[in-house]
Amino acid sequence: MTSLVTRLARLLAVVLAVTFASYSMVSLLPGDVVVAVLGETSTEADRQAAREELNLDDPLPVRYVQWLGDALSGDLGQSYRTGQPVSEAIGQRLGVTLELVLLSQIFALLLAIPMAVFGALKPGSFVDKALSGVQLAFLATPGYLVAVVLMAVFAVKLGWFDTTGLVRFTESPFGNIKSLLLPSLALGLEQVAVYARVLRTDLVTTFDQDFIWYARAKGNSTSRIVLHHALRPSSIGLVTITGISIGRLIGGTVLVESIFALPGLGRYTIDAINNRDFIAVQGAVVVLTVGFVLVNFLVDVLHGAIDPRIRVRTGL
Amino acid sequence: MSIDTPPPGGTVIDQTVTDEAPRQRRRFGVAVWVSGAWLVLLSFGALLAPWLPLADPDDTRAGVPLSIPTAGNWLGTDSLGRDLLSRTLYGARISIVVGVAAVLVSAVVGGAIGLVAGYFKRRVETVTLFGADVLMAFPTLLLAASIVTFTNSRGLVTVVGVIALIYLGPTIRIVRALTLSIANREFVTASRSLGARNGRILRREILPHVVPTLMSAMVVAVAGAVVAEGGLAFLNLSVAPPTPTWGAMIAAGKPKIDESLYPVLAPGFALFMTVLSLTLIGDALQRRQGRGLDVL
Repeated sequence: MTSLVTRLARLLAVVLAVTFASYSMVSLLPGDVVVAVLGETSTEADRQAAREELNLDDPLPVRYVQWLGDALSGDLGQSYRTGQPVSEAIGQRLGVTLELVLLSQIFALLLAIPMAVFGALKPGSFVDKALSGVQLAFLATPGYLVAVVLMAVFAVKLGWFDTTGLVRFTESPFGNIKSLLLPSLALGLEQVAVYARVLRTDLVTTFDQDFIWYARAKGNSTSRIVLHHALRPSSIGLVTITGISIGRLIGGTVLVESIFALPGLGRYTIDAINNRDFIAVQGAVVVLTVGFVLVNFLVDVLHGAIDPRIRVRTGL
Repeated sequence: MSIDTPPPGGTVIDQTVTDEAPRQRRRFGVAVWVSGAWLVLLSFGALLAPWLPLADPDDTRAGVPLSIPTAGNWLGTDSLGRDLLSRTLYGARISIVVGVAAVLVSAVVGGAIGLVAGYFKRRVETVTLFGADVLMAFPTLLLAASIVTFTNSRGLVTVVGVIALIYLGPTIRIVRALTLSIANREFVTASRSLGARNGRILRREILPHVVPTLMSAMVVAVAGAVVAEGGLAFLNLSVAPPTPTWGAMIAAGKPKIDESLYPVLAPGFALFMTVLSLTLIGDALQRRQGRGLDVL
């Protein structure tokens, strides 16, 4: 088991490597970087100005360090397509993506936890098998397919939802949640199977432990045993996998955001990719990857909060 | 049931099934056989598509646009009047080829790296795992989309390459964990004490024990790769049109969902069945080996 200091050092190293990789992406482009960034139609004067602004005459490591310094102070450069500072653009869109991801995880957990509990109460029973069948069906349906089908049924056929895009929280909190309901459901369903399976397996193990038998012998009801005794010690696997999923999903909302016309970070990135807006892609990818690494680190730390035994072992 | 694989740590969770596994040791259930039948049927359909009595997948006069299933067009037609059954079968070619090829590439490359990392440990292992961590930190679909767009190539090889890249990190981690668990076993020590060199031990002693587990993980990974290719195609970044792909068909059907859902449902159902079948089969294989669903 590694200590907190080693882990922090590792975190730092991964962040440096990840940012360096994202940063050098632009330099690895085939052909003249400036032409790639500005497009074929740019004038020579513009190109020269961009060359100076991007410090292209310096060697890559020097440029990286300069860029990193700027990035740490919140400056990720500015888009050559729109002229908007990249960090400002990301700031406007990150909230939408985070809200989408959090809502999707709430859905996924609301479905997965009861499924896992009912399955684990009688392993191998008909209920257990039926539930795992449903979970597999969710697992086998990609989010983009769910999204289009949900849209067709609930928005187009039944007319319960608009699909015109996002309602801002400040305009109408209820409308905001409503406009994110179908997208987050599409995003969350895929996770249900994984969450339910992880928790179910852990619960089955927990149910067989002495302290559960003891609680049973004292006459506690099944629901009390599940809620007060079994869930917490069984939840470490679930917390880990949820944390990893959240980190992964922040960079994985592209398809759902495109389908439902949501102005999130995923759509911003893919638009930037399609427009070859390299500075914007670079900034967005850096934010997404560093976010992923940080979330994973937090999950590690959270383990200790849930299970004191881990806290002792790792010295957190 | 012993846990002979140490938790690989990091982001791969190794679920060991503690119950019901012994009962299902030998026999596969009906679901697995049905899954196998679907995959065989789909593969043959995709392989023999040019010789089957089907409309040309690009023929816009195959039927009335957006028609429901009829005697002439078994799955209906898309908004341009092209036959959906034909397009779905031709789309299966891309899905199958990309899914299998990408996973094979990542298994061979990632397998070799993971094997070396798990066997030699120390610095090699540290560097490799670090590389895998960095690789896995990138958002998969966006990474793939960037590479396809920025290299200006939408050929089959590029698509296979970027999806293989997505699976490289997890494969390295799995193989390294498996290697670690095998490298300490008696037969490896015995072989070494008989004077076997590292290369021989890796090839003759460790590899044969890694391959079966890796293979069943690969079956599940193919399902993921098919979904990933669909996602890229949905963004119009997989193999270039007019070649039909499931993801692109779903994306093309989306603007017309108020008129007909068949252009979405035909490739969607094929995608669903394929992913479900691969997951079920891979899962059954892993259970047989005493491991549950690996969360990649």
